[in-house]
Amino acid sequence: MDDFIAARSQMALSLGFHIIYSCIGMVMPVFMAISHYKWIKTKDPVYKNVTIAWSKGVAIFFATGAVSGTMLSFELGLLWPGFMKHAGPIFGMPFSLEGTAFFIEAIALGFFLYGWNKLNTWFHWFTGVVVGVSGIASGILVVSANSWMNSPSGFDYVDGKYLNINPLKAMFNAAWFSESLHMTIAAFSATGFAVAGIHALMIYRKRNVAFHTKSFKIAIIFGAAAAILQPLSGDISAKGAAKRQPAKLAAMEAYFHTQKYAPLVIGGIPDTAAKKVNYGLEIPGLLSFLVHDNFKTVVNGLDKIPVKDQPPIAVTHYAFQIMVGIGTIMMFIGILYFIALWKKKDWLKQPWFLKLFIIATPSGFIALEAGWTVTEVGRQPWIIQGVMRTSEAVTKMPGIQYTFYLFTFIYFTLSVFVIFLLKRQIQMVPELYDK
Amino acid sequence: MLYVVILFLFAAITLYFLLGGADFGAGIIELFTSDDNKHRTRKTMYQAIGPIWEANHMWLIITVVILFVGFPDIYSEMCTYLHIPLLILLLGIIARGTAFTFRNYDAIKDEKTQGFYNHIFVYSSFVTPLFLGIIAGSALSGQIDPTAKDFVHAYVFSWFNWFSVAVGFFTVALCGFLAAIYIVGETDNVNDIKRYIKKAKISNIAAVVCGALVFVASEIEHVGLSHWIFGNAVSLAAVIAATLSLILLWFIISEKRNRQWIRLLAAFQVSMILISVGASRFPRFVIFKGGSSMSLLTDHATVNTIDDLGIGLLIGSLFILPALGYLYYSFQRKER
Repeated sequence: MDDFIAARSQMALSLGFHIIYSCIGMVMPVFMAISHYKWIKTKDPVYKNVTIAWSKGVAIFFATGAVSGTMLSFELGLLWPGFMKHAGPIFGMPFSLEGTAFFIEAIALGFFLYGWNKLNTWFHWFTGVVVGVSGIASGILVVSANSWMNSPSGFDYVDGKYLNINPLKAMFNAAWFSESLHMTIAAFSATGFAVAGIHALMIYRKRNVAFHTKSFKIAIIFGAAAAILQPLSGDISAKGAAKRQPAKLAAMEAYFHTQKYAPLVIGGIPDTAAKKVNYGLEIPGLLSFLVHDNFKTVVNGLDKIPVKDQPPIAVTHYAFQIMVGIGTIMMFIGILYFIALWKKKDWLKQPWFLKLFIIATPSGFIALEAGWTVTEVGRQPWIIQGVMRTSEAVTKMPGIQYTFYLFTFIYFTLSVFVIFLLKRQIQMVPELYDK
Repeated sequence: MLYVVILFLFAAITLYFLLGGADFGAGIIELFTSDDNKHRTRKTMYQAIGPIWEANHMWLIITVVILFVGFPDIYSEMCTYLHIPLLILLLGIIARGTAFTFRNYDAIKDEKTQGFYNHIFVYSSFVTPLFLGIIAGSALSGQIDPTAKDFVHAYVFSWFNWFSVAVGFFTVALCGFLAAIYIVGETDNVNDIKRYIKKAKISNIAAVVCGALVFVASEIEHVGLSHWIFGNAVSLAAVIAATLSLILLWFIISEKRNRQWIRLLAAFQVSMILISVGASRFPRFVIFKGGSSMSLLTDHATVNTIDDLGIGLLIGSLFILPALGYLYYSFQRKER
């Protein structure tokens, strides 16, 4: 395997796993704090049990998220020293703030996990809230670092030199808001659906129904609400991409030819040689409308972009279709849940309804990974959009393929363990919380 | 502001050593504890570090962030030539952090899986500080050779040399020493206290021996460590202070009422060692083969970045330090 491909694969793998651990690690504390609040207010012991059970999940995911995040802070340098050398001082601001937020989160988590019966009730609750808030803040900060790579600002690039560096301007680049918003909502909908799905399975199997029903409700309210909001934020992101990264937008849509009444292509197999999409469903004018709010406006296609500056079209297109497809289904499931909650209470207990959520368990994370693929692969061949190519950034150390194999092994093992631990946690619910 | 950032860098490294290092030490002590006592030692250790270990390791993140934001050239050179030890360090960090959490949060505590977590935990607790030491030693040993043509000379001998490895073992011994001293104050059981004091003494002797080996290795590799340390007033003073505190420590270690003092003394000793080395080489941070080096005072990011980083760190520490202090205070074992 080529070193460059190996380095990219290793980075993709590391981020792909880290994104799951960290999304769960940042959203579950919010669920936990809500359940905790309910316990303090209602004194219903089931809420206390749910809080404790979730806090164990949080501890597991925080630890895996923290170590995989530590790895990433090194991998940036280990794999992309050429990038970090120049980018570090420019986009480092959110990273240093993220360091602070992450630190606060670790401190608050220490208080929360070990504070039962030791701390004042409301202070204890507050530390749980701090875990959630600082976790989300960390997420937003890291994503704004990534958004800088998509939409670099805060410096002047003159003759290969990076001058007039302004870290604050780099942090608040044009894409930071839309990307952070999209990612945060995605974290809530993916984690909400995943957690709800697992509890739905337990309700379906009639195990500790009271416990799992309360857990399900807290998780799915967030998941469903986020899934309904997500298309709006997606629209903001796509408009931003059209403006700042036309190559990415064109690859997402597999949109080859610049034209008026630009069509939106749903599905299909892009044929890059023939510059067309086979078997796709074309809706004329819709792309123009989505991007420019006008069916007539010209949208720039891949033909406006030199081939050497184009991202891999097929991968970006498929990933985008997967993300949007699953996202749309999740939105409908979310709407269905609110209908059930307000109008059709009896649905909530019916097997078909539970099955729907059981099947949807991994959906959010599949969409999230697909979306991440769109943003990262769609930025290629650039590591800093329009400024530095990914191939210029890679380490000169040979043999990266072996570290890639090693990391693949580690991440898979780690994930097997996390699943194993969660399974055992759920398996022990009757014994731990039924007394 | 540059000096503020450098101060934070050294403070973060020192705190990581004193706090994170002691966590590694907990695993090292467990590795060298007889099976009869392992269970009790593990429990005491867990009570001591459970609530605080995640926070202790954040100092490493702070260190890395300061390096890549403030000193990107230094960071990328280290990442290139010390890729392999950094990689092993990372593997150690992953294995250790997850094994520690998993063994506590596994809902079913059967012997087989617990034994598996324990194994991973103790061995990674040994390997991680070993490679931290190797990385630190390599930055200073002058064996990194950017002109090397083949893989082994460029990426292996940069860190695989007598000096770096000796520093690695010295680091391991110091971590064990810190943990053994800290844990003396975590129990009231007289036999345990005796055991831990014995461990502290043994690890202290090990640290002194490894320290001597570092000097020997320095001579073999022509690093010139003794020249640096004895030729610099601050370094020399720090070494003398460390030695005096060591002697004092041996005198008062067995007295129960001195338990807080011996912690401070041990931390003081280790800080003095770091200051001694840091001061002798300052502002050089990475030294290459042939004597050229990268300096904290010249190889830094632009002034704008350094200013923002310094302000960020100052504001961050306003939040972190009180919270961290309160965390330690809340989970300190109450003296009877």
